[in-house]
Amino acid sequence: MGILIDKNTRVLVQGITGHEGSLQTEQMLKFGTNIVGGVTPGKGGIEVYGVPVFDSAAEAIDEVKPGASVIFVPPRFAADAMFEAIDGGIGLIVCITEGIPVHDMMRVCAYLENSRSRIIGPNCPGITVPGESKIGIMPNKIHRKGDIGIVSRSGTLTYEIIDILSKGGLGQSASVGIGGDPIIGTSFVEMLELFEKDPATRAVILVGEIGGTAEQDSIDFIKRMSKPVVAYVVGVSAPSGKTMGHAGAIVSMGGGTALEKIQALENAGITVGRSPEDVVKRVKNILEI
Amino acid sequence: MMLYEHASKEIFARYSIPVPAGNPVTDADEAGVMAERLGSVVIKAQVATGGRGKAGGILTASTPQEAVQKARRILGMSIKGLPVKKVLVEEYRKPDREMYLGITIDRKARRPIIMASTEGGIDIEEIARNSPEKIFRMHINPLTGIHDYQSRRIAYSLDRRNSGQISDLIKKLYRIFSDYDCTLAEINPLALTDSVIVALDAKMDIDDNALFRHEFPEEEEGTLSGIAKKYGMSYVELEGDIGCIVNGAGLAMATLDMIKQNGGEPADFMDVRAGANEEQIKTALRLVSSRKNVKAVIINIFGGLTKCDEMARGIIDVSPEIRVPLVVRLAGTNEEEGRKMLERLNITLASSTEEAARKVIELGHTY
Repeated sequence: MGILIDKNTRVLVQGITGHEGSLQTEQMLKFGTNIVGGVTPGKGGIEVYGVPVFDSAAEAIDEVKPGASVIFVPPRFAADAMFEAIDGGIGLIVCITEGIPVHDMMRVCAYLENSRSRIIGPNCPGITVPGESKIGIMPNKIHRKGDIGIVSRSGTLTYEIIDILSKGGLGQSASVGIGGDPIIGTSFVEMLELFEKDPATRAVILVGEIGGTAEQDSIDFIKRMSKPVVAYVVGVSAPSGKTMGHAGAIVSMGGGTALEKIQALENAGITVGRSPEDVVKRVKNILEI
Repeated sequence: MMLYEHASKEIFARYSIPVPAGNPVTDADEAGVMAERLGSVVIKAQVATGGRGKAGGILTASTPQEAVQKARRILGMSIKGLPVKKVLVEEYRKPDREMYLGITIDRKARRPIIMASTEGGIDIEEIARNSPEKIFRMHINPLTGIHDYQSRRIAYSLDRRNSGQISDLIKKLYRIFSDYDCTLAEINPLALTDSVIVALDAKMDIDDNALFRHEFPEEEEGTLSGIAKKYGMSYVELEGDIGCIVNGAGLAMATLDMIKQNGGEPADFMDVRAGANEEQIKTALRLVSSRKNVKAVIINIFGGLTKCDEMARGIIDVSPEIRVPLVVRLAGTNEEEGRKMLERLNITLASSTEEAARKVIELGHTY
């Protein structure tokens, strides 16, 4: 068990014939993800690693009935792919694409409010539930089944923490990257709610970074949670006014620095680790492992 | 990408938002010619950053001679490290009232937000901190755009007597915000001069992710961050002496933090991105090690899409050109192969980010 997805989740890959789309389809299939179809306009009828490709999401939805979709479509067409998935009634949409215009994403999120869909991302590594399914691009080999939940704004830093956990004997119930962009479909709090309800999760690691106030915004909920949360916030050394790689990682209006975030979390009594190793150590301490 | 004030004002003028008459010039003598035509003028440094006034980059002149003199002074200065290559020379308009109007993105609400204040001309962030009640805020649904009643309400909050003009201007500014993919469209101050509303300043910040659908003059040509961008990487220059190459922004920030925690100072931030290839790591290593103040370089890769053996090949290829010590940490996809390839060379290897950070600081000290 885990959150959002399991072995039976039927997954559609939008942008399946592109370089990254096909590469990651192969990796997801190896992980055991139940991929039932792919979409690339104009490429309907072919197969990618045995997965049937359709010209439109609508056709794919009729034919193979996916419950989730993962998007590898280039940035300028990604919003359209999300609208198509929302209109098709797909419940879970994971958007991997990096570099989507922020105005496009605002329109998608406004549209999302009147739908039954949830979007994770964009600019994210997706979600992995060890032993069940993986939707996204996390490396296959680092995971280990267990009871730690991870929610993160980052990609490779998340892999690093998963890797340290797994090597230290701590498995994960689910690892979710919610994305490094300023506008994202699912917030920390929404993910924490799912982990709180999930019987397979015993503790949660929250990985934040500079920019915005998503970390502070989750404090109230963390305080109400029955499960322990250990946070980690990167970007202490980041200067203000400069975008640090992620479009969302920029300190501009007040509240966005790493130190402000760490202080706010610690003032609320939430444990904050100082490095990936330290985060894992603190989780072990809390769980008395 | 932040536009220059004069470029923003040209766009404003196209949307018929009133701006003072004026032109950008690169030569102080041209400022004199402009002043002969315009009378009293304001000379404003054109740099893509805030805080120009405080830095002495905005001066008034009442004669052509004074305009030449002051333009020369501003053209010789640097503001926040940016050399002033252009000044905007504008007719001087004495404001009877100064207001603030800005549109930006509210990340939490996932919508555009319009902010207006009767306290214009000064630092809006300061007002937001000290007296937030003086800022009128309104969210806009990006699917419908701004409604008339919304622009009217904002205008009433600023100046009831001139609300017609202001409401019209707010709608135009929202159209610019939306048409140009702005992350910020701001007028500070929005001034009332002789019963006319004028945008005395103009600031537009364009979403870098949306530049493909607009045409702006390339202003980053030749800089390290400009070159990095061409290769699909992201580069930020910092003040220290340890060059940092990492794949992924989060891991890069974590690496920088750890260098600082251990007493080092990062010289830069080079994010080669998840999925980095051989060409990118080679370019990154060349660029980062080319900087004079760099005493040692750290490469920290967690391979998912990125293959560690491919990274190692790139590093080996470029390493004969590198004069400073190098610490490499490879983890993830094909990590064993990558490490074996590098063991044969005179490169320090580390097995964790923390170890790599400590080692690179040590080597930087001895270099």
